[in-house]
Amino acid sequence: MSAQPDPDTWLDQARTTVAADPATIRARFPAVSRRVGRGPLDPDADPDDPFEVTVDDHARARLVQALGVEGAAAELPGLYQHGDTREKRGALRSLDHLATDDGALPEGLRDVGRALVDDALRTNDTRLVAAALGPAGVALLDDDALAQAVLKCVFVGIDIDRIPGLPGRLTPDLSRMMADFVHERVAAGRTVPAQVWPVIDAHPPAERIAAIQAEAAHPDPVRAEAARAALALRPTP
Amino acid sequence: MRIFDPHIHMTSRTTDDYEAMAAAGVEAIVEPAFWLGQPRTTVGSFVDYFASLVGWEPFRAAQFGIAHHCTIALNPKEANDTGLAREVLEVLPRYLAKDRVVAVGEVGYDSMTPAEDEAFAAQVALAAEHELPLMVHTPHRDKLQGTRRSLDLLRDQGFPADMTIIDHNNELTVEELVDTGVWMAFSIYPDTKVDEHRMVKILQRFGTERMLVNSAADWGRSDPLKVRKVVDAMQAAGFTDAQVQQVVWDNPVAVYGRSGRLELDQGAADPDALFEGSSIKRGGS
Repeated sequence: MSAQPDPDTWLDQARTTVAADPATIRARFPAVSRRVGRGPLDPDADPDDPFEVTVDDHARARLVQALGVEGAAAELPGLYQHGDTREKRGALRSLDHLATDDGALPEGLRDVGRALVDDALRTNDTRLVAAALGPAGVALLDDDALAQAVLKCVFVGIDIDRIPGLPGRLTPDLSRMMADFVHERVAAGRTVPAQVWPVIDAHPPAERIAAIQAEAAHPDPVRAEAARAALALRPTP
Repeated sequence: MRIFDPHIHMTSRTTDDYEAMAAAGVEAIVEPAFWLGQPRTTVGSFVDYFASLVGWEPFRAAQFGIAHHCTIALNPKEANDTGLAREVLEVLPRYLAKDRVVAVGEVGYDSMTPAEDEAFAAQVALAAEHELPLMVHTPHRDKLQGTRRSLDLLRDQGFPADMTIIDHNNELTVEELVDTGVWMAFSIYPDTKVDEHRMVKILQRFGTERMLVNSAADWGRSDPLKVRKVVDAMQAAGFTDAQVQQVVWDNPVAVYGRSGRLELDQGAADPDALFEGSSIKRGGS
C-alpha cells in the first residue's frame, strides 16, 4: 500500500479527478471515511446529534459538488443505492451543497434529490432521516410529504426544532396530525416532547385539543396522568 | 493463542458457530466472496451479498468480539455466465473501495475456460489498481494444472507475489509454490482436502514462512474450529508457540494488513448494538 496523503490533499485530488471523469467517484466515495475521519465537523458539537454534519459527510458532499449538476444527477442514485449508512448520509448532505441559499436545487437535480430524500424518510434510521431534512430536502418536499416526515421524526425521537424552516411550513393538516399523535400517545399512557405544541398551536384544531383535555379526567389514572403531563408542556397563550 | 481464520464463509454459519469460535480463541476472520451453492441470476443478488459482507456480517461477528473482514470478487464458477459476469465486474470497484475489504477474491479457476481467464485477468488488474492483495482459489478438479495456470497469469500481468495468496493447497501444489514468494493457504476440512494431521506434516516439511491455514467453513460439511485444531495438532507435534502464532496470526495479519484496512482492536462487543435498526436478538427487532 502506498503512503496515505493527508485528508485535505486527498480530497482536493479526488475532487479534481471526479470533475474530469465523474465515474471515478464510484471507488472514491466509499473510501472517504477512512481517508478523512468520522467525527463531527464542529469539534464542540454533540457526536450523537443526527443533524450534526460529520467530517466525512462534508467531504462526501464536496466530492459530489465537484461533479457539477449533470454529473451529480448521473452519479448520485448509484452512490446512494450502493452506499452504507455513512455514504447514504453523505449523498443526502450533498444536496445542501448543490442547492442555492434558500435550499432550492437546480431543475436537473430535483427528481434525483427527491428520490433520495423519499428513500431516507422511509427508513427508521435517525441519521438518515435527519440528513434528508436539510434545507434542500425540506424545500423538495410538498406539504403532505413534509407533514409525514415531521410525524416520522416525533415517532423516532428526532428533535423537530432542528428541521430548517419548519415554522414557515406549518399547515392546518400538520397541526391536526400532531394533535392526533398527542392524543394517541396520551391514550397509551406515554409521554410526548414539548416541541409538538408549537406545531399544534400554529393552526389549533379545537376539537382535537378538547379531546386531549378530556383525557385528563379519564378513569384510567395512567391515561389521565399522561394527558396532564402532555398539557403541562403547552406554553400558555 | 490469538487465532485468525483467514477464510471462512460466516454468512452460511450460525451464532452458535460464532460463540464456539470466540471460545476457541478466534479473534479475527476474513470472509471471501464466493458462490452460494447455486447460481445467482441477476447482478442485484451479488450486490446484496457484497453489501451484507461489509454490513450485517461484520456486525454479527462484532457481537462475539470477532473482527470481521472480507474479500470481494466475482468467483470463477459464476464467471462462466458471461453476460452476468460483465455486470458484476462493472459494480466491483464500488465494493472494493469499502472499509474492511482486505483483498480481491476469491478469483482463479474452476473449469479453466476462456471466460474464467477473462474474469481472472480483469480482477488481477482491479487488485493492482486498488492496491489490494489477491486471493486465488485453486480448482477442485485438475488442481495442479490450475495452480500452474494461475501463476502464469499472475506473472504475465506482473502482479507481485508478496501480494498474492494461493488457497486450497495440498502436498503437491505446495511444491510448485514454495519458491515463488506467494503466500500459501490450506483449507482444513473434516473429510476431503487436507486435515490437521496432514497439515502438520506439510508444515514440518516446508516450514511456517508464508503459510496460512483456514477452515473455509461454509454451507457444506465443514468445521469452523479447524484452525484451532491445527493449533492443537502443531503443539502436540512439538512446534513452538512462536511458530504456531506465525501460522495462525502473524502471517494472515501480515498479508491482509497490506490492504491497510484490517481493524483488529475493535474492543468488547456491545450487546445492545443495532445494525440499521436490527439486532441479532430474536423476538426484538
